[in-house]
Amino acid sequence: MSSAMIDLILEATLDTLYMVAVSGTISALAGIPLGVLLYVTRPGQVLAQPALSAVLGVITNVGRSIPFIILMVAIIPFTRMLVGTSIGTNAAAVPLTIAAIPFIARLVEGALNEINPGLVEAAQSMGATPWQIIAKVLLPEARGGIFTALTVTVVTLVSYSAMAGAVGGGGLGDLGIRYGYNRFNPTIMLITVAILVVMVQGFQSLGDYLVRKSDHK
Amino acid sequence: MIRLHNVSKTYYPRRGDSAQAVHALKDVDLQIPQGRIHGVIGLSGAGKSTLIRCVNLLERPTTGIVTVDGRDLTGLSGAALNEARHGIGMIFQHFNLLTNRTVFANVALPLELMGMQRGAIRERVTPLLELVGLADKASQYPAQLSGGQKQRVAIARALASRPKVLLCDEATSALDPQTTGSILALLRDINHKLGLTILLITHEMEVVKSICHRVSLISDGRIVEEAEVGDFFTAPRTRLGRDFLNDFLKLEPPRALIERLEEAPGKRSHPVVRLAFSGDAVSTPLISRLARECGVDVSILQAKVESIQERTLGLMIAELMGPPAKTREALAYLESHDLHVEVLGHVQRDD
Repeated sequence: MSSAMIDLILEATLDTLYMVAVSGTISALAGIPLGVLLYVTRPGQVLAQPALSAVLGVITNVGRSIPFIILMVAIIPFTRMLVGTSIGTNAAAVPLTIAAIPFIARLVEGALNEINPGLVEAAQSMGATPWQIIAKVLLPEARGGIFTALTVTVVTLVSYSAMAGAVGGGGLGDLGIRYGYNRFNPTIMLITVAILVVMVQGFQSLGDYLVRKSDHK
Repeated sequence: MIRLHNVSKTYYPRRGDSAQAVHALKDVDLQIPQGRIHGVIGLSGAGKSTLIRCVNLLERPTTGIVTVDGRDLTGLSGAALNEARHGIGMIFQHFNLLTNRTVFANVALPLELMGMQRGAIRERVTPLLELVGLADKASQYPAQLSGGQKQRVAIARALASRPKVLLCDEATSALDPQTTGSILALLRDINHKLGLTILLITHEMEVVKSICHRVSLISDGRIVEEAEVGDFFTAPRTRLGRDFLNDFLKLEPPRALIERLEEAPGKRSHPVVRLAFSGDAVSTPLISRLARECGVDVSILQAKVESIQERTLGLMIAELMGPPAKTREALAYLESHDLHVEVLGHVQRDD
């Protein structure tokens, strides 16, 4: 294999990692609070706001139901406004982030749902404020579940990022399609898939390790 | 110290639909003086949990007033209520410890919530762990502890903010009898040492018997009976109270006899009675006197002596054998001697 080809693979790998890292970080920063909000505003919860809860739920569902490939092209004007261009890795990171936020939010909500309501009641009996309950009970107790949610999200982002080629985003998926499929180069196809497999495996192992380490249930 | 005045709690499963309303508590009055251990006993679904949750307003009463340490909690909300809750500790049936915090950090939690400094927290938590006998477990996680140890951590946690009142929600129901004993001993010890007022709810007479001073019996959201524990165990005034007592003492007439019992006395039948005697009556040889002075033979079917709060309680189920006139006389004699007599029924004579 030519060294140019190797450079290409290397660059595509870094592009994929870059897109996953940027969209993963930003969507976690937005998705975890949104997930907490979805949970605590439910009727009967510590910051019960049934109307807000319903609205957030609808928005989240809409976000989750749009197919990624459609979302990507539909928000091109927004992407251009945000990062100044509609092509490249930065442009691909925008729809990846938008798609991942409601995804993380629902998973985090699910993780919070696993917490024994007795723990919240105990904290209330100690005179904890709703914010103290979130910071000292809900988030620490759901730590393992939140790491699981982030792992699932990152793995999903790796596969979604393969579609980023549609907006000239680069990355391994794009490389595989252009060189492996369009130019009939099965070696490239296999190599990109192999790298993706290793990447997903790595993220999953790291996630499992964090879950084990953070959870004392 | 704790006062519930006319407290009612009604749930509406569907908003405003009064036909569906569930009356969990009805006009409950309760007064617990400082330093006392008060038990509320009842069957499941009787409203015990709602009652105890109304004391620290985890459930807000629909009507009525809750006062703790002279402060009307029902008038408080938000920060003022949270502040008042620092003065009320609570422990639960399933302990409710945070799984991702060590024993030390669990006990420290209420202090963190109050905004206490790290150093001060350490000074407060260490002696508490010693008090409950878990100083060596400070850095373990709850999952590594036994049920009894978890409840000890929960007790230390409940005491951390130096409350004047401790609420125990079925605190020993998930524990085996031996562990229950040690947790109750710890609670009694705390009550003694710290002068803490304790309200506990339970469905176990054993718990009431071993640590309570006074007991309320709750049924269908109402307090149907309230008495000093010694009195409750000698002479419960309600049917439910007697059921609880019989269940606890396992002092029921033999099944074969129950089937033969008749409500009304007949010409050829004997009364079967349950006698409960306490105090002086225990040491008086009443049965032999009964035979001598009234001329009735007493056949003892079951008997038991219990020691409850430094009072001795004797219980007996007996058949009084003799002509109707004589047995009536015998009953009057027993009643005149401070015995609690209950006629369970009448059986036909065998002869």
